[in-house]
Amino acid sequence: MIVNLFGRIGRSTLQMIAKLGDVTLLSSRSLAFAGKSPWQGEHYVRQIYALGVGSFVIIAITGAFTGMVLALQGYYTLAKFGSESLLGSAVALSIIRELGPVLGALMLIGRAGSSITAEIGIMRVTGQLDALEMMAVNPLARIVLPRIMATLIALPLLVTLFDLIGLAAGYVVGVDLLGVNAGAYVGETVAKVLPEDLYAGWVKAIAFGFIVGVICTYMGYRAEPTTEGVAKATTQAVVAGSISVLAVDYILTSFFL
Amino acid sequence: MIRTEGLVRQFGDVVALDHTNIEIKKDQVTVILGGSGSGKTTLLRMLSALDAPTHGSVWFGDEDLAQLSSKRLYELRGKMGMVFQYSALLNSLNVYDNVAFPLHEHSDLDESVIQTMVQMKLEQVGMRGFEQLMPSELSGGMAKRVAFARAMIADPDVVFFDEPTSGLDPISAGIVTTLIHDITKKTHMTSVVVTHDVHAALEIADHVILLWQGKVIAEGQADAIAQSEDPRVVQFIQGRPDGPIPFSRSKTPYHEDLLRVRL
Ligand SMILES: Nc1ncnc2c1ncn2[C@@H]1O[C@H](COP(=O)(O)OP(=O)(O)O)[C@@H](O)[C@H]1O
Ligand SMILES: [Mg+2]
Repeated sequence: MIVNLFGRIGRSTLQMIAKLGDVTLLSSRSLAFAGKSPWQGEHYVRQIYALGVGSFVIIAITGAFTGMVLALQGYYTLAKFGSESLLGSAVALSIIRELGPVLGALMLIGRAGSSITAEIGIMRVTGQLDALEMMAVNPLARIVLPRIMATLIALPLLVTLFDLIGLAAGYVVGVDLLGVNAGAYVGETVAKVLPEDLYAGWVKAIAFGFIVGVICTYMGYRAEPTTEGVAKATTQAVVAGSISVLAVDYILTSFFL
Repeated sequence: MIRTEGLVRQFGDVVALDHTNIEIKKDQVTVILGGSGSGKTTLLRMLSALDAPTHGSVWFGDEDLAQLSSKRLYELRGKMGMVFQYSALLNSLNVYDNVAFPLHEHSDLDESVIQTMVQMKLEQVGMRGFEQLMPSELSGGMAKRVAFARAMIADPDVVFFDEPTSGLDPISAGIVTTLIHDITKKTHMTSVVVTHDVHAALEIADHVILLWQGKVIAEGQADAIAQSEDPRVVQFIQGRPDGPIPFSRSKTPYHEDLLRVRL
């Protein structure tokens, strides 16, 4: 019983390490094409455009609600210490350093990442990846790489959008609804948000964009070539992607403190 | 032109190809016949280097496919075309862009030249006028024909067909079969057709290879195969359930499984 349990843990650990190795290998092979093959600007732009347009609305809505909730919740907490005037900076720092990149990444996984996985998985099932291979077009260079690049470039832009809308929504709730002094709110925000904070947020956004791209393309590329296989890969991409983003977020946050 | 030597491909415990030796001759239609699961698709994937053998080797001309650099392999792929079982058209592109894809990727030809070439190939397969349709708007037979046009757009030396007639109505199947035969003969192309369709096979084949459980069990000209007295060949061609090729695919005897009581 106990031995069995240890055996299971050992086996799944080994499997996970093997998977990690495979992810690393596949993504580095894809990325190697970034320098080698002729510049595929057109494909990158098309992917970035698709991601941006597809995720724009959901990111904006999430940003708005996040800013509103933070202001509300923050006000309740800060009021206990009589320091409502700090509300602006509390909201801004939470969004810029933490919630913008993390929630932006999670939304990107749900909205665009899962469909990247499904798209590539379907190409696998229907033999389109093999067909590309037969036409001497490397699917890693042509399908995987542009999608990794797209999430890498699009997420920082989407996170910036998230931040701006989140800050605006926080202001509306804090100042117009809860009656915090407008000058104090803005002044606090401008005084406390330092360039390092913006920098930390963007570094996270770039890292998360990379992670989302790598994991979602990988899961599709290695999907078992059946319809259930693609469905499973899509779920796995969302789970593995979200957990990786949160784990890496912890690591990066500890660096930036 | 293509030759395999002691080809073995295992998937876990399943031996899909078992020391398979075959030779594909230039300018001929070679048909590889076999029931489902006999290793036909696996064999095609080896011949086109989409998959690597567990043991043994595949020779394309005088080059061992397993030893090639990826650059050289992609050069060789320029001489190969493949019509996949489910056509595998790129579903984000219309018929024209699918057929033109290899040229767009690998040549600097003017679009007007490409247009002419695409029209010629589509005319050959009887699909001219359908350029703007998307793959999802095509029937199975139409998709096969477009895939055929795509496979030969760059005038390859050899085209592989995986079950070109499966899933098609008899007329579409007949059209595709005739196309394979006629185009091979007219253009000095080599065709390798994998199928379980005995009728079509014997009709168009110069050379027939009969595959069973990953092994070649008979080989020869179509007439010779049709008249063979080898009981396995006769059973396959006549489609009889009883004979030397067993009905049951289980490895353990039935009574053993029945008697193994699980508590
Ligand atoms: N990717 C794979 N993984 C595991 N088993 C496979 C795989 N591909 C083929 N097989 C097995 O190999 C055998 C031959 O398959 P295949 O070449 O597809 O046969 P055919 O095309 O003649 O129907 C079958 O038993 C099949 O289950
Ligand atoms: Mg098959």
